[in-house]
Amino acid sequence: MNGPDNSPLLELRDAGVRAPDGRWLIRHVSLSVRRGEIVTLIGPNGGGKTTTIRAALGILPLAEGSVRRDPDLRVGYVPQKLALDPALPMTVARFMRLTCSATKAQIVQALEETGVCARMNAQVARLSGGELQRVLIARAILRKPDLLVLDEPVQGVDFAGEAALYELISHIRETMGCGILLVSHDLHFVMAGTDRVVCINGHVCCSGHPHAVTKTPEYADLFGPAALERLAAYTHHHDHVHAPDGHVCDTEGCDCGTSKEKSG
Amino acid sequence: MMPDPFILRALLAGLAAALMAGPLGSFIVWRRMSYFGDALAHSALLGVALALVLDISVTAGVLAVAVVVAVAVNLPGHLRRLPPDALLGIFAHGALAAGLLLTSLLIRPGFDLMALLFGDILAVTGSDVLLLGIGALVVLGALAAVWRPLLAAAVSEEIAIAEGMNPRRTELAHTLLLAAALALAMKITGILLFTSLLIIPAATARAFARSPETMAALAIVIGMAAVAVGLWISWTFDAPSGPAIVSAAFGLFAVFHMAASMLRFR
Repeated sequence: MNGPDNSPLLELRDAGVRAPDGRWLIRHVSLSVRRGEIVTLIGPNGGGKTTTIRAALGILPLAEGSVRRDPDLRVGYVPQKLALDPALPMTVARFMRLTCSATKAQIVQALEETGVCARMNAQVARLSGGELQRVLIARAILRKPDLLVLDEPVQGVDFAGEAALYELISHIRETMGCGILLVSHDLHFVMAGTDRVVCINGHVCCSGHPHAVTKTPEYADLFGPAALERLAAYTHHHDHVHAPDGHVCDTEGCDCGTSKEKSG
Repeated sequence: MMPDPFILRALLAGLAAALMAGPLGSFIVWRRMSYFGDALAHSALLGVALALVLDISVTAGVLAVAVVVAVAVNLPGHLRRLPPDALLGIFAHGALAAGLLLTSLLIRPGFDLMALLFGDILAVTGSDVLLLGIGALVVLGALAAVWRPLLAAAVSEEIAIAEGMNPRRTELAHTLLLAAALALAMKITGILLFTSLLIIPAATARAFARSPETMAALAIVIGMAAVAVGLWISWTFDAPSGPAIVSAAFGLFAVFHMAASMLRFR
């Protein structure tokens, strides 16, 4: 399944991150992203999705476990927030060249793909929430990354735009062949556009190929019965120690929603 | 009338100081570290005391102490027990007090403490101008070399790290360049007003700048104008050069920002 040229671009193994006060934010998190693969993190607020991404990218130090990134890995990152200091003047066009050089034509093309080319000469601080997300995505694409990492990329984007941006993300994977790691709350995209779902609530609750995510009790606990009805069946592929291969997970071992530590 | 060689030297030195102060100061404003600039500058007095004790050049003494402070403040967060602003406040005033105490104990006859604190154009020699000119170009060149990662980190440390940059290293480089700038420009602005020569032109430039690079370039021009006007005041009224230059910069700041508000430009 993973030959020499399909080794993971990024791999977290049994990773744990602690808050400054010593509390574990995430623990025993393992995941990997390969070229051409879309991996989506789901889970409740405060469950550690952003922490997982930040640890995977080296922004947060690991307290235990390990992270391995391909040495020449070129990352394009769309953070959850961008707090630009008002004292720092920055046009959209200049922002696009923040971490790599690009010609004007390349910048225009990237902004066109996310539909914000008209704002090219605007100040970044003056963009609306949705416009800023589109600019952030365009900037990450412009880098021609091996791995695109997006943390709730469509927040603040209008309904029609949301679908278009998810379509763009799928399209990028096809045309650029990069791996994509994202945090998303859009269950439709998670089901239809994702190769693998990893549910994080302090640790990896369940992960698998989302022909449908929904049969596990953890999933029902997290997203409620309404979500179950909306979504179809799912070949569940547990890589979680306490979950036997199959549908039903040992409820004692499964602590989704209660965030009780299970082992170690 | 013919400009006096004194004033010509002072002008050249001041222009060189403004040349490096504009871009360095822009980053102080963007990184919200003007307190740090003060702490660094105030620690310079300890450097002066050190120079007096060891009988080395004042510039070397100041540079040595400033580098130590720069590195100390850049220590990783988990090695600190107090919040950074408290540490900086303690550092700034503690160093200033200790420096004043030591220099007044060690002071030799003819040593002008006021010149140290507030700058003295008449003290600028030909070799000072040369040193400042070359130093300013070196500082500017080094800053240009780390410009992209430093700016990326100022915009978003997360993006910078995620996309393969090392903010800790580039920020240390910026801090060390500030230490060098302090040692070089101390004679022009004095210790107490060093930070203001860095941040006021940059903050003034913000009024009309649309990109980081235009802000830095505009800060150089504004800093140079402040130096020229300030030196004229200093020369004409026999006032210390530091306060004169900073007052001129302050005046430009007020004018620029009022003009920007009236033109509704941001």
